[in-house]
Amino acid sequence: MIRELTYSQALREALTEEMERDANIILMGEDIGVYGGVFKVTDGLMAKFGEQRVIETPISESGFVGAAVGLAMCGKRPMAELMFMDFAWVAADQIFNQATKMRQMSGGQVSVPMVIRTQQGGGRGNAAQHSQCLEAHFAHIPGIKIALPATPHDAKGLLKQAFREQDPVVVIEHKLLYNTKGDVPENLAPIPFGVAEIKRSGSDVTIISYSRTLLHALEAADSLAKSGISAEVIDLRTIMPLDMETVVKSVRKTNRAVVAHEAHRNAGFGAELAARITEQCFGWLDAPVERVAALDVPIAYSQPLEAHTLPSPEKIIAAAKKVMYKN
Amino acid sequence: MHLAREFERRCEALFQQGLVRGSLHMCIGQEATAAGAALALRDDDLLITNYRGHGHALAKGISPRAAMAEMLGKVTGCCKGKGGSMHWTDVSKGILPANAIVGGGFPTIVGATLAAKMDKLDRVGVLFFGDGATNQGTAHEAMNLAAIWKVPSIFICENNLYSEMTPISKTTPNKDLAERALAYRIPAVIVDGNDVEAMNDAVCNAVQRGRRGDGPTFIEAKTYRTVGHMIGDSQIYRPKDEVELWRTERDPITLCASKLLTRGVTAAELSAIEHDVTAILDDAVQFAKESPYPELDEVFEDVYGK
Repeated sequence: MIRELTYSQALREALTEEMERDANIILMGEDIGVYGGVFKVTDGLMAKFGEQRVIETPISESGFVGAAVGLAMCGKRPMAELMFMDFAWVAADQIFNQATKMRQMSGGQVSVPMVIRTQQGGGRGNAAQHSQCLEAHFAHIPGIKIALPATPHDAKGLLKQAFREQDPVVVIEHKLLYNTKGDVPENLAPIPFGVAEIKRSGSDVTIISYSRTLLHALEAADSLAKSGISAEVIDLRTIMPLDMETVVKSVRKTNRAVVAHEAHRNAGFGAELAARITEQCFGWLDAPVERVAALDVPIAYSQPLEAHTLPSPEKIIAAAKKVMYKN
Repeated sequence: MHLAREFERRCEALFQQGLVRGSLHMCIGQEATAAGAALALRDDDLLITNYRGHGHALAKGISPRAAMAEMLGKVTGCCKGKGGSMHWTDVSKGILPANAIVGGGFPTIVGATLAAKMDKLDRVGVLFFGDGATNQGTAHEAMNLAAIWKVPSIFICENNLYSEMTPISKTTPNKDLAERALAYRIPAVIVDGNDVEAMNDAVCNAVQRGRRGDGPTFIEAKTYRTVGHMIGDSQIYRPKDEVELWRTERDPITLCASKLLTRGVTAAELSAIEHDVTAILDDAVQFAKESPYPELDEVFEDVYGK
């Protein structure tokens, strides 16, 4: 029987189950207690687990993200919630110079099993400082793992797994996914990192995506099917670790690849994917790898400008047709 | 104190021989803050120091052999040769990774002591930082968090009058940095950081407060480094006679030795300490030199857990 939950409900269920399982899990963040978080993901958790485990912090991202590093080094499993991904820059030293380096700098004497939960992306008129997709910045720094769930099912499974990892993990949600619904079975097991999922089989072109852009890719694939193009759609789910095996196998079958994400095109994660596909599938490719991404400009407020900047199903369709040499 | 000073003198020589790489930041002239603090602490109390932290870690009990091997990048080093001078760690002695970002350790010590408080342990956590670090945002964010969470963090500011190569008069309107903690309602004291006993008294009081659950304390230790910020520092930013005054009349080791002599410790006992330190360091340097470098595959270890 299908049990439908929203993405928010699935995340909350993951937090609840994990906190019940492990008393060392502590949530920290701005407005996450009584208010339940601005996206209501932590709604009711303070009432259930108390103020010691659900800590409402000052607006002090370096402070509480750094405190999470200290907690994690001393046996706790903290989750720091960054209300918007854009605020990762505010806490950048604590994430990139501290959390990711402690294990290596100490020769393995300490570990930092902390989770950063955050959300990113545009489409809602939040303008330049509240709409960025920054996963590539995290992917560039060794020492952290990166999950980008696209569905309620994966939101729950990947967040549960995040609390079982031994290293810092950033779970990157998308602000326009919170109200999406999907099947989330009871007793869903944690989803292992580094395992991509083929969301739709196809034979003509492989579309590789994650997070909200995956939904665009699936929509594009439906439309392409009507034009006689069979697209295979892969959801990476985590980009560190990265399941290249699934990608390579698919591209060697279809001989064409489109990578699609909402982050900027320049030096985006799609560039890494395109490079790796070229390295590992060069002899199989019938066309250069196409990238669909946000334009390389700050995200504008005005609706037509924002829509023009961000990827869409139409842009993915155009890219797929391009690698098929079709109009 | 003597161990810290002579350890760094050996490092200086090894640096000049090309055996120590990177930057070398010595704490010569500041050894009393470390010794005074460490005598007030237990092994399970936590320490986070900074890139000028050799004295702190040695006082807290890090092995001179492991520390010297780390300086030479050897696999027997306290961080397997991966951290070097600025990241010494020994969890068994409560020494969390030393931090090379100015102000970077502030939020971490708050989190580490919050963990102790949650676990109802009576351990405290000491953070050593310089005057320059109090101008970083993390210092203020962390003091605010320590105050509202009432955690047993002990913030020890070594005010050596210069943030790297810039005098404090140009970087902060406060003469006394203890004022900054008072803004967060954290009790703060000012001590002569070159007086090991005064330092110990101040830290003992802070430790008692922390163990009792009374929250954080800020200690401003007035001190001076009588060497450059790092090896090769021309020190054109400060008068030579100022350095000379601190090096001769206010040297913490000389001051301590004089005091001990007036209290009945003999000159022979003092020179026995020097002989012991020489033997410890001869052994540490030999151990470090004879130890192997890490295998190249080791570069992939300790990046992620297994």
